[in-house]
Amino acid sequence: MSDNLLEIRGLQVAFDGFRALDGVDLTVGAGELRFLIGPNGAGKTTLIDVITGLTRPTAGSVRFGGQELVGRREHQIVRLGVGRTFQTSVVFEELTVLENLDLAASFRRPLWSLLRSRRGVPETVDKALETTGLTALAGSRAGVLSHGQRQWLEIGMLIAQEPRLLLLDEPVAGMAQDERARTGELLTQVARDHTVIVVEHDMEFLRRYASQVTVLHEGRVLTEGSVEQVRADPRVQEIYLGRAREGAEDAVR
Amino acid sequence: MTAFQDSQPAIEAPPPDPAAPAPAEPSVTGGPSVTGGPSVTGGPGRRARLAGPAAFAAVAVVMLVVMPLALEPFRLGLLAKYLCYAIVALGIGLAWGKGGMLTLGQGVFFGLGGYAMGMYLKLHDAGGDLPDFMVWSGVEKLPALWGPFGNPAFALAMVVVLPVVMALLLGALVFRQRVRGAYFAILTQALAAALVILLVGQQGLTGGTNGLTNFFDFFGQDLAADSTQRGLYLVVALVLGVLYLAAWQLVRSRFGRLLVAVRDGEDRVRFLGYDPATVKTLTFAISAGMAGIAGALFVPVVGIISPALLGVVPSLELVVAVAVGGRYALAGAVLGAVVMGYAKTYFSEELPEAWLYLQGALFILVMTLAPKGLAGVAAALRHVRTSRRAAA
Ligand SMILES: Nc1ncnc2c1ncn2[C@@H]1O[C@H](COP(=O)(O)OP(=O)(O)OP(=O)(O)O)[C@@H](O)[C@H]1O
Ligand SMILES: [Mg+2]
Repeated sequence: MSDNLLEIRGLQVAFDGFRALDGVDLTVGAGELRFLIGPNGAGKTTLIDVITGLTRPTAGSVRFGGQELVGRREHQIVRLGVGRTFQTSVVFEELTVLENLDLAASFRRPLWSLLRSRRGVPETVDKALETTGLTALAGSRAGVLSHGQRQWLEIGMLIAQEPRLLLLDEPVAGMAQDERARTGELLTQVARDHTVIVVEHDMEFLRRYASQVTVLHEGRVLTEGSVEQVRADPRVQEIYLGRAREGAEDAVR
Repeated sequence: MTAFQDSQPAIEAPPPDPAAPAPAEPSVTGGPSVTGGPSVTGGPGRRARLAGPAAFAAVAVVMLVVMPLALEPFRLGLLAKYLCYAIVALGIGLAWGKGGMLTLGQGVFFGLGGYAMGMYLKLHDAGGDLPDFMVWSGVEKLPALWGPFGNPAFALAMVVVLPVVMALLLGALVFRQRVRGAYFAILTQALAAALVILLVGQQGLTGGTNGLTNFFDFFGQDLAADSTQRGLYLVVALVLGVLYLAAWQLVRSRFGRLLVAVRDGEDRVRFLGYDPATVKTLTFAISAGMAGIAGALFVPVVGIISPALLGVVPSLELVVAVAVGGRYALAGAVLGAVVMGYAKTYFSEELPEAWLYLQGALFILVMTLAPKGLAGVAAALRHVRTSRRAAA
């Protein structure tokens, strides 16, 4: 059990009586790349929100590396080594790409040392630029980036934080086909030396890059397993077929 | 690596352009562009980089050499007063422009600094007796609160300590609870109103509505003498210059970038591992300290500190001035305070009733048509000129 980086038990979240999460158990081992899927409103984003302190659960626990995360504030959870991206990417448009990454990389520095000017570029920032392929855009304002580039910048900021656990909420949503492929490669690369949880709807993407999959449905874990196992599960076929006939049929085939 | 090496010179560049546009318009200052940083080999990049320090130096020469020679004592005194306001405006520019904290109560901190200085001067002038206004209001013994302010070192320390501590306490209470936006603005405004009521109510302790006035001696100098006022002007101008450079360093540091990030996406900043409440509280405290220093300088320059100088209206007027000058640029804030100071003096002499409305109209005009204020307009003009030159 000590190999498990993340252990979620009996997690419940209610919004005005509506149960967004209804007793979720989830275990993710160190070094794993885990995909989290489920139809719209299944509670995927809510789950990430709870892990990262944005939403308080009504019951249950989230243990990360043996420490309880529930009850801690967002920045404290980041400081323990949990990083996330958002479904709609949020970068600081006024700052340059480099400055965005540099801020992400600097949170462990004492506050007073932030008052000095930045001299040079920290190695982690350099690496994040390289990994995300944004080196040529380092000096540009983040506001001028394309949608895909923003998502990469967010992933880059996440890498620059050097977290132990990365949570990515739909990193390829709204991306063009070639951008998806690049993101997939990026993901595979990041997953080599990090523990990663990816929320993703896109079945094609899943087929290509996923190994372990957890299916969430109406606030509960429906099933868990390899991509093949999950795809063969009739209940999974049903929720996808029931919800959205067109795309889903192809998805579970 | 090459991209960073290119952008390094911009990061190392010394002093700022006092008339510079906000970072909102990096293209104008020749900041890093989409194609990489300003070129290392000089050209427009180098010129843009030197424009800032050159403009700062030029303004410094005008303020420190030309003005004292050109202006008669009365006019120089007025300018000194506006520069005191400019110091407050600098703090507002930092808190509001860079940090997104609309503070409508800077008069509180200005007042704390002003009263700390005023108390020392009153005690010094009284030379061991009770200050004159206390005698008039029938106070027989020096109130305990006043005692330590007879010591100049203590009083000068309090000029900064009182506003900073108060802002730290307020910030710690308010920002941790995620109070922001209009709620924060109203809270600071209420604070200004409360302080006025407190001061007015304590006639014997604070001089009431009249405040503290009738100062004669300032650290051994006769306050009525032109030479003293000239010296005070120079001190105010120097303090403003030093604080400007400090604020500019703060803005370009990592902390400054973090501050802008907090302004634009406080909730996102938490997920970078920082507590926005800390960043905001510190910045608010710095802006409060600036207001305190300004208040302390204001007292010998103008000869009075009273509730009317630090209430809701003067606090608002300074925010309007910063908006008119351009809140996103530190230089805009400073410029706004001076311009609006002159405008107020002029219009209050010529059309006293119209000033209030004029000011309101100007504020609305700026907020709707030129949200970046005078600094933004200047930057836009410069941009047009450079692109014309580039086209030619
Ligand atoms: N703050 C909130 N208040 C009320 N209801 C909410 C809130 N956040 C989420 N919900 C509801 O909780 C359910 C789960 O939402 P969640 O965003 O976690 O779904 P999701 O699996 O991420 O879906 P999607 O694929 O559309 O992103 C939805 O029915 C949603 O409407
Ligand atoms: Mg979601």
